[in-house]
Amino acid sequence: MLKRTITLAAGAAMLATTAMAADPVKIGFVTTLSKGPAVLGRDMRDAADLAMEHIGARMGGRDVEIIYKDDEINPGIGKKVTDELVQKDRVDFVTGYIWSHVLLASYKSVIGNGPMLISANAGPSQIAGELCNEDFFSTSWQNDQTPEAMGEVLNQLGIKSIYVMAPNYAAGKNMVAGVERTYKGEILGKDFTKWPDQIDFSAELAKARAAKPGAVFVFYPGGAGVQFLKQYSQAGLKETIPLYTVFTVDAISLPVVKDLAVGSLATQMWSPDLDNAANKKFVDGFKAKYGRYPSFYAAQSYDAIMLIKAGVDAVNGDTSDKAGMRAAMKKADFGSVRGAFTYGNNNFPIQNFYLREAIKNDAGEYTVKTVKTVFTAYQDSYHSKCPMN
Amino acid sequence: MNWILLIEQTLNGLQLGLLLFLLAAGLTLVFGIMDLVNLAHGSLYMVGAYFAATFTAWTGSFVLAVVLTLPATLLVGAVVEIVCLRTLYDRDHLDQVLATFGLILFFNELVRLVWGPAGLSVPLPEFLSSSLELAPGLIYPSYRLAIIIASLLAAFFLYWLVARTRIGMLIRAGASNREMVGALGVNIRFLFTIVFGLGAALAGLAGLMAAPISTVEIGMGENVLILAFVVIVIGGIGSIRGAFVSALLIGLIDTVGRAFLPDVIGGFFDDEFADAAAPALASMSIYLLMAVILAFRPEGLFSARNG
Repeated sequence: MLKRTITLAAGAAMLATTAMAADPVKIGFVTTLSKGPAVLGRDMRDAADLAMEHIGARMGGRDVEIIYKDDEINPGIGKKVTDELVQKDRVDFVTGYIWSHVLLASYKSVIGNGPMLISANAGPSQIAGELCNEDFFSTSWQNDQTPEAMGEVLNQLGIKSIYVMAPNYAAGKNMVAGVERTYKGEILGKDFTKWPDQIDFSAELAKARAAKPGAVFVFYPGGAGVQFLKQYSQAGLKETIPLYTVFTVDAISLPVVKDLAVGSLATQMWSPDLDNAANKKFVDGFKAKYGRYPSFYAAQSYDAIMLIKAGVDAVNGDTSDKAGMRAAMKKADFGSVRGAFTYGNNNFPIQNFYLREAIKNDAGEYTVKTVKTVFTAYQDSYHSKCPMN
Repeated sequence: MNWILLIEQTLNGLQLGLLLFLLAAGLTLVFGIMDLVNLAHGSLYMVGAYFAATFTAWTGSFVLAVVLTLPATLLVGAVVEIVCLRTLYDRDHLDQVLATFGLILFFNELVRLVWGPAGLSVPLPEFLSSSLELAPGLIYPSYRLAIIIASLLAAFFLYWLVARTRIGMLIRAGASNREMVGALGVNIRFLFTIVFGLGAALAGLAGLMAAPISTVEIGMGENVLILAFVVIVIGGIGSIRGAFVSALLIGLIDTVGRAFLPDVIGGFFDDEFADAAAPALASMSIYLLMAVILAFRPEGLFSARNG
């Protein structure tokens, strides 16, 4: 009896291992593939596909499969498709997530239910702080960091007062909190606009003009950024009040708004002209394959796949060894396109932030170039609230 | 009180209201006369914007694009009416909602196939892309001024068409008693195609005028559609005059709410509360207005059926 049980168990275990070796590593990828921001989702998907091409769609000796899901920029739908990925498709990893409110709604569906979660964009303060978890990694940033870098830039430029505008959702609040944390001048006014359906900023721009600030700071990701930049210029403000942005002027909006954004300054932890081998391979590969510059959404998604590969490689494809994968991923030595960085206690990157200027290059393409490094090895300000160490 | 800011915000509200009116006029005509709930009206707005973007790229002139877009959207509207909506007039509203919702999905996918998922942008001619100084200190974007003028012209044309022409008489007659107009030997099917095409052209005009301010993108009509429905419900279904008044009311309330509510609330409560409450209240203000008006006048401000 005992012998039979042992044989059965051994057989079952063998079956399990063979099944595991034959089954692909499954990665769920949640992003926005419909509605206006579909263009952001497309950039992320293209980058993940490129990463798969570069690694031959294999990790730790196993095939890899990515299952893409559309969140329709709706937290309810994001949570629903995440639940499907975790419970029905039984994925090993879930990644993607452009939007902080979608990530927050989906977080508990992944964490504690088996798969590991890698945010390729959203970085809400809650997850960097009290909600942090060993199964969560970010290949982007904590929301506040990029505007904190911008606040520092404004200080360095000696700008006395600013007017702030951002959409009224989780990330918008974080962005404003970020710039308020580091900026030392006076904030003459701030407006939180309805998200994502307010497309007309005339009322807010009129207030900004009347406030006569030294500069305007905004955060308008995706298509909203295009709308904002156009309206800012049409209102005649481009010539009178300098504009500083985060996540607004990027490879998505620049080819659309073109000269309206040239010369504007933004902060970011990555830039297509960063000089390292991984970034060259990524940017050249992306341009060759898709005929356009990658955005930071693309860079972070490429990194997310590479980070997962580092984890799966370290355990030779045995994705049940989560401790082994966590330890390997925590090292952050997968060759990020942003260059070397480390992970903090909350698994958010401790990384450099650069000032980027929008330019039209010699080939007539609209892109960004790095002006200078604003912060070196910069950590988010919520990590102390995270109980992990 | 800053008077220049107040005037500027009033102009902004006027511009938003007039844009809403163009959209709502078509919707209210179709709803009032044909008794058809057309959720796909926002798709025609989107199609108008995409046409404007394409024609601007082809011809290199925004003005030419405007001239081409209007008949093109009228044609799309007429085709949609003939192919798809004709069979729905005798069905109840729920069937119409389902079918026209299907049209929204159809148009969104069609646009994705034809134009791709990335948004398009419509460049403005030089003389419209700057701003004018209307009075000392009062600087206003010239394109927004152009929208106000063009919409007023369109509104006036519509008034002339409905109140002063034979076709307008039939439209008005159709709104008050459909069967009787049919019984008098008027070709109702043709009249409906004309009305729907006219509504489509107005939606297309709103879409093409909004295109240079915003991004031309998939689903751009859906958010505006909700506002347009609010406009026709407040104005009274089927009434163009009602649509005009309530569109201006909504444009002004929305803009003024967004502009001044944060300061007003900030004056009574602390900053943190004001930051959270003001945007929420401002985005609710028009729905509050709708609730109040419906409580006192369930028919809307002007009811077409009662004259």
